[in-house]
Amino acid sequence: EDLRVDGRGCEDYRCAEVETGVVSNTSGSARVKLGHTDILVGVKAEMGTPKLEKPDEGYLEFFVDCSANATPEFEGRGGEELGTEIANTLYRVFSSESSVDLKSLCINPREHCWVLYVDVLLLECGGNLLDAISIAVKAALFNTRIPKVRVLEDEEGSKEIELSDDPYDCIRLNVDDVPCIVTLSKIGYRHVVDATLQEEACSLASLLISVTSKGALTSMKKVGKGSLDPESIFEMMETGKRVGKSLHIALQKILDEEESLGTSRQKVGFLG
Amino acid sequence: RYNGEVGDIVVGRITEVQQKRWKVETNSRLDSVLLLSSMNLPGGELRRRSAEDELAMRDYLQEGDLISAEVQSVFSDGAVSLHTRSLKYGKLGQGVLVQVSPSLVKRQKTHFHDLPCGASVILGNNGFIWIYPTPEQKDEEAGGFTTNLEPVPLSDREVISRLRNCIVALVTQQLMLFDTSILYCYEASLPHQIKDILKPEVMEEIVLETRQRLLDLEG
Repeated sequence: EDLRVDGRGCEDYRCAEVETGVVSNTSGSARVKLGHTDILVGVKAEMGTPKLEKPDEGYLEFFVDCSANATPEFEGRGGEELGTEIANTLYRVFSSESSVDLKSLCINPREHCWVLYVDVLLLECGGNLLDAISIAVKAALFNTRIPKVRVLEDEEGSKEIELSDDPYDCIRLNVDDVPCIVTLSKIGYRHVVDATLQEEACSLASLLISVTSKGALTSMKKVGKGSLDPESIFEMMETGKRVGKSLHIALQKILDEEESLGTSRQKVGFLG
Repeated sequence: RYNGEVGDIVVGRITEVQQKRWKVETNSRLDSVLLLSSMNLPGGELRRRSAEDELAMRDYLQEGDLISAEVQSVFSDGAVSLHTRSLKYGKLGQGVLVQVSPSLVKRQKTHFHDLPCGASVILGNNGFIWIYPTPEQKDEEAGGFTTNLEPVPLSDREVISRLRNCIVALVTQQLMLFDTSILYCYEASLPHQIKDILKPEVMEEIVLETRQRLLDLEG
């Protein structure tokens, strides 16, 4: 039967709130509230030199900060381990070539490129962190506006970078292929999506899969002390793909709606 | 945080098994204590607890078990001493625990309620609320040590889930919890699906209706 403690089915998400553009001094930001889980993501675009092995692409850097407000375990340096683990998972998810168009971040091959610093802040821990983080990252990347630059060459050959004066003259990222993480936790013989803290405590093993809006899997990771049967892994993957696709559709709808309200949109932010 | 008073009913979780007592977590500043001598022996015998009973403590209650008990006395530092010297207290079996603020639980004559919708609820004064399926017949075992591990039918589970969501809704809207308010909230939530009760709009609507009915009852 398909009934969890709070009445949801095995594939239902909790009520989620997504808001973009909450932090004013970033290039893009988003805040996601999934039940009791509260995540804030800020994206800052800075100029840097491309990596040696990929001279004509920009890149993303992830940093996860577990605020001490989230749970008492994060006091002091307690949250660092969890933070690095989440950051590594994000690197893995975005390591696929097709997720973000890195070539559009290039300004001058081998010399200048845009580096997107994605900072994730965990404000409250209420179960199912990675799903909420991936939704927030996608929303923040959608909200990111990178200023347009032109490269001018001097007579001596030294290059100068000119920033356009118009603050609205910027490029947007294409987030159609950005994957979202779906965590499937195994409890007993069934698996559930979007586990609360109590459900996470009962589940011995979970499967993290990252799904794009077209239903393609970009990465997969198993967490937890327990073991997973290969057949159940197939079932979980199918469920994950289904749930991931509908998640993308719902998220895109909300982002488009928010976008269409334009500057007249009332920002709720933190004090609303 | 919960401050114990003599005569309160509490629902707590065993955190430690010590020499002659159990340490119980009850959402208060200090852990509460359940002495071995305050616990009913199976079979209802009345005798002095021997060394064998001490060794067999773990057979009765282990770490992680949930119990319902009554506050016997309060120590000078505020720690609470519990007892289960009645057939209605003891280890709790299958059910759902909801943790709320202790100030939202109304003080009443009895905290054990059998709701007509098909489930029973224990409103602990410490803010721990236990919802469980109503037992078919009244078992005569002393202290209720044996737990019924048979699968709970889907209809009962739906009632329990709905009650749990209703209690969460009442707590979010800061309404006092007692049997009538929970029952009215349950009835108000029937037209909605169980998982929709947690949506903010539906929650407000249900609690408004409950508030209205409670005011009508008083006036």
